[in-house]
Order: sequence, then C-alpha cells, then structure tokens
Amino acid sequence: MSLLRSQSGRRDFLVTSALAGALGTLLPAAAQAGTPPAGTATAAAPAAQAETPFAGAATVGAAALGQHPARDPSIRPFRFQASDEALDDLKRRIAATKWPSRELVPDASQGVQLATMQKLARYWEGDYDWRKFERRLNTLPQFVTEIDGLDIHFIHVRSRHPNALPIIITHGWPGSIVEMLKIVDPLTNPTAHGGSAADAFDVVIPSMPGYGFSEQPAELGWEPVRIARAWTMLMKRLGYSRYVTQGGDWGDPISEQMALLAPSEVLAVHTNMPAAVPPEILKAAQSDSPPPEGLGADERRAYDQLRFFFTKGLSYALQMAGRPQTMYALDDSPIGLAAWLLDHDARSYELIARAFDGEKEGLSRDDVLDNVTLYWLTNTGVSSSRLYWENKLPFFAPFGLKAPVAVSAFPDELYQAPRSWAEKAFPNLIHYNRLEKGGHFAAWEQPELFTKELRAAFRSVR
Amino acid sequence: MIVRLAAALLTAMMLMTGTVRAQPAGDESIRPFKVEVPEREVAELRRRIRETRWADRETVGDNSQGLRLAELQEIMRHWGGAYDWREAEAKLNALPQFVTRIDGLDIHFIHVRSRHRGALPLIVTHGWPGSVFEQIKLIGPLTDPTAHGGRAEDAFDLVIPSIPGFGFSGKPAAAGWNIERIARAWAVLMKRLGYSRYVAQGGDWGAAVAGAMARQAPPGLLGIHVNLPAAQPPEIAAAIAAGSPPPPGLSANELAAFEALKSFFQKSRAYAAMMGTKPQVVGAALADSPAGLAAFTFDYNRQEPLRLLDRDEFLDSVTLYWLTNSAASAARLYWEEGGRSVTNSAGQKTGEISLPVAVTIFPEEVYRAPESWVRRAYRNLIYFHEVDKGGHFAAWGEPELLAAELRAAFKKLR
Repeated sequence: MSLLRSQSGRRDFLVTSALAGALGTLLPAAAQAGTPPAGTATAAAPAAQAETPFAGAATVGAAALGQHPARDPSIRPFRFQASDEALDDLKRRIAATKWPSRELVPDASQGVQLATMQKLARYWEGDYDWRKFERRLNTLPQFVTEIDGLDIHFIHVRSRHPNALPIIITHGWPGSIVEMLKIVDPLTNPTAHGGSAADAFDVVIPSMPGYGFSEQPAELGWEPVRIARAWTMLMKRLGYSRYVTQGGDWGDPISEQMALLAPSEVLAVHTNMPAAVPPEILKAAQSDSPPPEGLGADERRAYDQLRFFFTKGLSYALQMAGRPQTMYALDDSPIGLAAWLLDHDARSYELIARAFDGEKEGLSRDDVLDNVTLYWLTNTGVSSSRLYWENKLPFFAPFGLKAPVAVSAFPDELYQAPRSWAEKAFPNLIHYNRLEKGGHFAAWEQPELFTKELRAAFRSVR
Repeated sequence: MIVRLAAALLTAMMLMTGTVRAQPAGDESIRPFKVEVPEREVAELRRRIRETRWADRETVGDNSQGLRLAELQEIMRHWGGAYDWREAEAKLNALPQFVTRIDGLDIHFIHVRSRHRGALPLIVTHGWPGSVFEQIKLIGPLTDPTAHGGRAEDAFDLVIPSIPGFGFSGKPAAAGWNIERIARAWAVLMKRLGYSRYVAQGGDWGAAVAGAMARQAPPGLLGIHVNLPAAQPPEIAAAIAAGSPPPPGLSANELAAFEALKSFFQKSRAYAAMMGTKPQVVGAALADSPAGLAAFTFDYNRQEPLRLLDRDEFLDSVTLYWLTNSAASAARLYWEEGGRSVTNSAGQKTGEISLPVAVTIFPEEVYRAPESWVRRAYRNLIYFHEVDKGGHFAAWGEPELLAAELRAAFKKLR
C-alpha cells in the first residue's frame, strides 16, 4: 500500500484546502471535482483519504488540483487541520521507535543524546498536544497564493496602527513559521508589548518552498535568489511598495538578496545571521587553520565559532547539499526526524536538551515539538533539505549590499558577527547590537529582545 | 547446547541466541557461534518495510540528489517480499563461526582452515557499509584453491572478523575502539588462533586496519594487501580541501585521481562527515527506518551496490545491520577516527610502515590510486596491479579476481 502511494499528495492538499477556504467553509465535498471528499479547510475531513492510515497532511484531499488557473494571483485564506489518523499514526510510530545504542560519551559530542531523545519521545507520545498548536496557528490570518508556479503559504497580520511598517520575516532550516509566532503580536500590536504605536509593523511570514504548508517544488531552480524574487512578488501582491526584510539562517540570504533585487522597495534589511565574514577569514576557517594574526577579541571568538562550525558542525549541511534524497529516514521515522532537526548546532541543541530536562529558558518542549511535528505532518524532511542542494550562494560571505542593514549579533549564533566585520560587509550599517543572550533561533528563543531589536533597527527608516 | 550470550553481547544482538557460553573476564576461550534470529525480529522488519512513509520524489531525472525514489521503492518491495533472511543466515551458519573476548569485547569471526598443509593464514577485514558478508565468497577460492583454478601452494587459512560495533561483534560500551585498537585486537586474535606467520588484507576501513597492523608490526605479521590504498599525497589532499586547482605537473592518471577525489570530497563525503561528527543522529534515523538504512547504504560510492553487486547479497548485509541494530555503533567508528580519511597517506601514517605492502586497484573504486602515489605512500611496495573490473566492494563483486590478486600478491611472503 504505502509502497505504491502516489507522490502528489501534499500539493493536492494545499490547493484543496486553500480553495475550500476561498469558497467558504462547509462546501459539500461532492461539489469538488468528484474525487473522494476532501472536506473543508476549516474541518479537514480526517478519514476522507483513508488510502493510508498515516496520510495526514499529505493526502487530505485530491479534489481541487487544477481548479484555480495557473498564474492565478488570488490570495486564498488557509487553515490547517491534521487528520486524527495522521496524529494517531505519529504516536504509534513514536511508541514503536527502535532506538540506537547509547552514545559512548557523557556529552553531545557524538550528536543527540539517547536520554534526551527518549525524554522527547515520551513527552511527544504521551503529553504533547498538536491540536493546541493548531488552534493557536489558526487564530492567525493565513493565506496561500501562487507565485512563480508554486503555492506559497504565509501568515499576514496587519497592525491596527496607521503607518505600520511592512516587514517580511523569513525562517530557515530546521525552522519554520513556528519560529516566528511569538513575535507576531509584539510587532503588530506594540502598545500591548511595551512599545509605542510608532513601533508597529505589518507582518508577513511566508513558508519557504518545500517547507511547511508551502508547496513542494516539482522542478529545479528554487534556490534562495528565486525565493527572494518570489517574496518581492508576494509583497507587491499584498500592496506593499516600501517595506523591510528580516531573516536568520536561510532567511538571511533571502532577506539580503531581496534588497539587491528590489532596491527601491526594500528600505532596509535586518539580519540575525549576517553574511559578513571577510573572505580571508572564511577561507581560513573552512580549511581549519589557526586564527589569522591581529584579530580583536570579538573577531577571535567569531573565528573560533566559525572554525568549529566548519570542522564539527557542517556535516548536516553537506548531507543535504550532496544527497538530500538519500535521507528517506527523515520522512519515515519521527525520532530520526527529531534527532536530525534538534542537532542543528551545538548551542541550540544544548538549549533544547535543557528544555527536556525541565528547565524553562528560551525554548519549551512544546515549541520544539510544534516545529518537529509540523515537519512530520507535512512530510517535508527531504523536501526541505533540497534547498541546500539547490543553493549556489556561499555561507556567510558578503553579497556586497549597499542597502541599509541592521545586525543583531546573538552570542550563541553559529558565529556572533563582530561590529568590525558588519561594518566592512555593510557600508550602510544602520544598527548593530551585541546581545547578552540568544542563539540561532533568536526570534523563537528571545522574542522580547528580538522585538526590541527590530523596533530599534528600523526606527530610522520609517 | 544453546544458551544465552553474555549480557553485553546479548544486548548487542537483540536477544539472538548463539552456541556461546557466558565468559569470565580474562577468559581466552574461543566459543562456537551460530546465528539464529527470532522470527518476530524478521517479521517486525517486514512490517516496518511495508509501513514505510515515503518522502517526495526527487526533483531531478537522475541520481544527483541521492538514491531515487523509484529505485528505493523497488528495493524495498523486494526486501519486504521475496528476500529471505533465512538464506543469509544459512550462508553464515554453513561456515565455522566463533566468538572470543579480546580487550573486553566479544569479537565474532569466521575461521576456515584450508585442508592444504602450509596454507598461509590471512585475516581479512570488511568496511562500512559492509560486514563479514562482503568476504564469504572469498572463502572457497582462498581456502580451497585447487577447486578454483589455483594450486595447493596458493592456499590460505582465512579469518574474517566483524569489526567492533558491526554485525555480531560486541558493541563498545566506552569510547576508544579506534582503528589502532582494532588492529591490536586482530593481532591478539591471530595469536590466539595459533598463527605465528600471517598476512592481513582489507579495503575501506579494512584497509585502514591492515595499514595500522603493518605500522604496529606485531610478531608474525609478514605483510599486508589493500584494495583501497591510503595513497593520496598531502599536497593533493590540501588542494582539494582548499578548493584549489590541481598542482602543476600531474600525469594523466594523477589528474584523473585528483578529479575523482575532488568530486568525492565535494559531493560524496557527507555520509562520512555525518558519522564522523554526529553518529548518534545518523544512528537515531537509521535504527528506526529500514528505508532510511537501505537508502543510506545503497547510495554508497555512486550507488555501487546497485551498479556492481548482487542485490540480495547486499541486502544480506543491510539486514544484518538492521537485526543487530548497528547503524549507530558502526557509525561511531568514523567518530573514533575523527574524520581521518582512509585514502589519505598522512592520515593513515603510511610513512611509518616498513613491512611489505601489496596493492590492487579496482577501476570503480572511489579513486584509482596511481602507482606513483602508491609508491610514495608505501616504501616497501612489493606488488602493484591494476585490474580491469570491480569497485569498492572488490571481495563482494569480484571475489575470484581478488582471490587471484591475493595469491599473486602474497606469493613472495610465503
């Protein structure tokens, strides 16, 4: 059965649910093209597809593919509801996990630790509630629109304050829109979060192609520059002609490239993982060389972080850049997927491990599992990996941006960009701050600090 | 007499039973071993194969993103259908297998003595993603040469151990089981078997083990043969790591080897980098997903198992990894080696080898080591030959050819 299942499921679901949303809820399923009832977007018919018990998001509906014309510029409301079958199947798989033997070291130097993964599994299977997250997500206005042949999912929240500054915030890997939910209200509704009306943003948070509820590219070429171009179209379609961009991880090159592609529209860029490493430093770190002469203390620390990344931390990226398809395990094993997503970088893994030890700091267990479960339900372990294969841009090397750029340098990021490098990479540096705490998932870990940073960063361009 | 194994081995083998007695520390006994996987384990594997949840199809028309979905689905249909583990088990159980405790760990090995007097003892070591299944087709030609086109004086006594963490050997419970330590254990094993003059052979990790044995030069070791030489010179390794062009003055062979190594480094080393830095991540994913395990292993060396090996024979080994839950414990060998490449002469310290070394080059190997590089790496090179077919899994794909090479290579050392 599952061996022979069609691979077209997720696209079908996305189109269907979005269309159903556009048509209004509770449209009789039979009205939708005569295929098995897909239900509606607001109540996504759990048993409708029943072809596989674990179909979940992947095969909720096959009805409406092709029902909206290509190049349809419409913006369709979107809601998501996983099927009970998909959630039951997930728990069944977690319970049936076949575990590897324990690591031979007392730390995380061999990767995710068995005890942490087993705590995660117990919580995921026993206590974690996806529905809670789903309800929270569905309180936000979500949409799908077709850009460059692909359905792009996004959250779009307009501030009630006039003259709010439009901002498009891009997640990375192994993140998703889940990373950004905590900053939506502080940014759009600043007066309720210690800010003034003048701090308000209209917020757009898209899912990258192949991630979450955005469509999986079926053709080649969806690399970061193409995504950046799609985002400029998205902002135009939403009626924004002057806006700012924000990102870390993949969100950084996308946000920076947008400024290159649409210089008259992008007023400024904020990045929490800047492409700002001088070429000679990058080369030295990549070849595991001792630090170059004459580095200041901040530069030396950043160099050591980069060297660690390139020698010990890069392998996941190599795998996804070289052989993304071979990682079938990610879409077949919830724990395999969780291990892969948890082990992005040493500091964020430590933070997550502490969360599963019961410490309340930065990320919660639910935060982590909301994100992992989103990857699982959308079956995007492999499809998200292909972005590394598609990517042609170097990691961390400056793109020659002349636009105004703001940098927030968090200490536990892959590298904490020193001011000197940021000044060199961005001649028009409008904001630079070194934070006391926070890491790779800054918006997720430190939403208050992050919000303050964005307010301060863009004050001068409003 | 079927009794339960010692606790550590028991865990390692998932309740498989063998004809082995629990053994006190310091016991040097050599205990017979048979494979007998409970039916529920085999049934559980089939269930998981049936219930595979698939990733989307690749977005290319070739295998440049990894193992293609249609190919993996074909493999999985067969693995979960017609493929029969009991046949694999019977292949092993037809051979004399043993377990003995060395350096605190139970080591599993196949041991076949030739009926010919004066047979040369040979210890052959598998690699990743292989196992003792790699070498069993060598047994006939090497131990019984007269039935395989050879002469009685070509005969070998053959020892084929499972590397710690692989197959039926114990899983190390503490860090430290690196190549050096495995090599020392193998010398203990050969001594324990009563061999005072012997040779060693391997490819992949097996080549590194043979090389380490040659460096250690334990009493009795006469020389080694490798089919994956550590011949990559330091300046070549440095140029590739830096993404630089080839150094000037390379011959055509050297340039081809440079390009092959560069391509491997840029496109194919990720599996090794992953296992070298995050074996537990790889382990967590592959221990829980037969499809994940099959894809990760079939994808090796531009999918050599699909191109050059018998699918069932490779599945024997993949199934062994699954049943012995060895994905993580095998991956840890890369971690123990800290990213040292088996092809790199400096990394493998070939300059410290003074014992005789013989090398055979198979054309579909990860790289075809040029004779010039091999001579630089091994100062006491007694044999170099390039054959016209075969790849990384030489013993598996071309057992007769490799057996002929070993006869020729070790003739001078008898």
